[in-house]
Amino acid sequence: MITSSKSVSFLVTSFLVLLVVVSVIPFWLLFVSSFTSESYLIHNGYSLFPQQFSLAAYEYLWGVADSIGRAYLMSVIIAAIGVSANLVLTILFAYPLSRKDLPGRDAISFFLFFTMLFNGGLVPTYLVYTNFFHVKDTLAGMIVPNLMMNAFFVIVMRSYFTSNILDEVLEAARIDGANEVQILTLIVLPLSKPIISTIGLMALLVYWNNWTNGIYFLTTRTDLYGIQNYLNAVINKASFLQSQMATMMSPMDIPNVSVRMAIAVIAVLPLLIAYPFFQRSFVKGITLGSVKG
Amino acid sequence: MRELTQLSTENQVPAADKARVGKKKGRDIGRFLPLYLMLVPGAVYLIINNYLPMAGLVIAFKKIDYSLGIFQSPWVGLDNFKYLFSNNDALNAIRNTILYNLAFIFLGNLLAITVAIALDLASNKVLKNFSQVVFLIPFLLSTVIVSYIVFAFLSPSNGFVNNSILPVFGIEKAIKWYNEARYWPFILTLVFLWMSFGYSSIIYYSSVISIDKSYYEAAVMDGASAWQQIVYITLPILKPTIITLVLLAVGRICYSDFGLFYLIPQHSGLLYSTTQTIDTFVYRALLELNDVGRSAAAGFLQSLVGFVFVFGANWLVKRLDRDSALL
Repeated sequence: MITSSKSVSFLVTSFLVLLVVVSVIPFWLLFVSSFTSESYLIHNGYSLFPQQFSLAAYEYLWGVADSIGRAYLMSVIIAAIGVSANLVLTILFAYPLSRKDLPGRDAISFFLFFTMLFNGGLVPTYLVYTNFFHVKDTLAGMIVPNLMMNAFFVIVMRSYFTSNILDEVLEAARIDGANEVQILTLIVLPLSKPIISTIGLMALLVYWNNWTNGIYFLTTRTDLYGIQNYLNAVINKASFLQSQMATMMSPMDIPNVSVRMAIAVIAVLPLLIAYPFFQRSFVKGITLGSVKG
Repeated sequence: MRELTQLSTENQVPAADKARVGKKKGRDIGRFLPLYLMLVPGAVYLIINNYLPMAGLVIAFKKIDYSLGIFQSPWVGLDNFKYLFSNNDALNAIRNTILYNLAFIFLGNLLAITVAIALDLASNKVLKNFSQVVFLIPFLLSTVIVSYIVFAFLSPSNGFVNNSILPVFGIEKAIKWYNEARYWPFILTLVFLWMSFGYSSIIYYSSVISIDKSYYEAAVMDGASAWQQIVYITLPILKPTIITLVLLAVGRICYSDFGLFYLIPQHSGLLYSTTQTIDTFVYRALLELNDVGRSAAAGFLQSLVGFVFVFGANWLVKRLDRDSALL
């Protein structure tokens, strides 16, 4: 659109600025309250402007660094294994599907697509994984169910292979005596770095933000919790305590409000710091997803 | 037809050549064998993760006895379904799922289109780029973190809303947000919009910026205002995208974002009348109440009706806009 109208650009600018504020202010609230003294939070509530600056929450967290550090480490391990497995499965499934000469290609595509149309849902999935594969309270329970392969990623990757890797290149490699494994690893993959990094990033976000596998499959082994399940356990405990307090009409509040906010800040911070560096790739992943291929 | 002609030409091949054809066929299988082997790990995963649970849907008609195993448990016909609808809990969850989805589809697309057009109209490059970066931050977060943020706003004793926003409007009495079901349709809709508007507006924006600028130039020459350009150029061109995205969302009308409805209300039982959806109902029945029968029956209906909707939506999308359909 083209406009030279002052009022239109004023309207547009204020709308966007408002949305920017709305997008960021909740983090600001989280951030500020983690640096505010506990007594201020209890008596005056959360505030947008730093009041009674205090590092007590972070000092406290430093003291229990091993439990948070452990959850962090688990998240890193789960994400590392999960993303690698996801990429391997995705690439290995997408490459043959991208080959127009593969006999039975349509049937295989349908086998993949059908998983996007129909699914068994939570109950059978849960029963299959816990009764047949016994993933309950194992690291596999955090990594394997639901997350390790996504038909959608396969389709995006297949489309990239189809449109970016010329048949002539593959044919030339074959004439030179390369086998399929060599063609995939030495020719296709080096040419596909952009899509591999985009899909790797999307898979990383899926694993990093996942908490459902933790509540489905981890019941006693809370030591396998990643950072998301750790956070969830903390706020559950807190809101339970608070509802107890409320019914007792106690003027007291639950302790460690600022500590909870500090944990959330620590959990979000690495993502926010890394975000500007992967923002482009992330947007590409979103728009690729929307148009399929 | 092509196969037939191939067959007939093969029949005409002299005996000497026949051997060569056979050999070539053998080589073909040999040639494709590595490709088929590559498919194996993914196929095994899809069978375990997707196809076995599809077969497992039959448990909706069984009474699960773990000592006998899933497939050996006795059949009970429609008992689980009768039990499921013996009170209003399931109907309430179904109603909530559909109503929330309708609100989310309408408001979500409206907001996303507005934001996409605003981004396109913005003349300030810095603001334009900066907003695109910032708008996606809420989408980047896990629902657990979002539940922390919502709690910071709504916590009855020290939440930001009760302490800082309501007093501005002269309301001094603290509202117990987590006890009052009637506020939650608004709260959850706001949280949904906050989490998702960046994502969906980026999708629309990528369509908006691909519109040929010369349309606008011509319109401006004829004296069209910004509003007229939106109504007569942008929206008509966006129409296929809008229809596709809305249809695909309608296809998922039986499903809800489990985290949004499970974590954000802090599992408060007092809120179930407005926060329970099919997904939270199934989860709670299965893992909190140990009621496999009801849970399986509700899940079965969700999968089946969900399939009809997803399939129908895709069929329609395919007729309207081939490239965006799944199949």
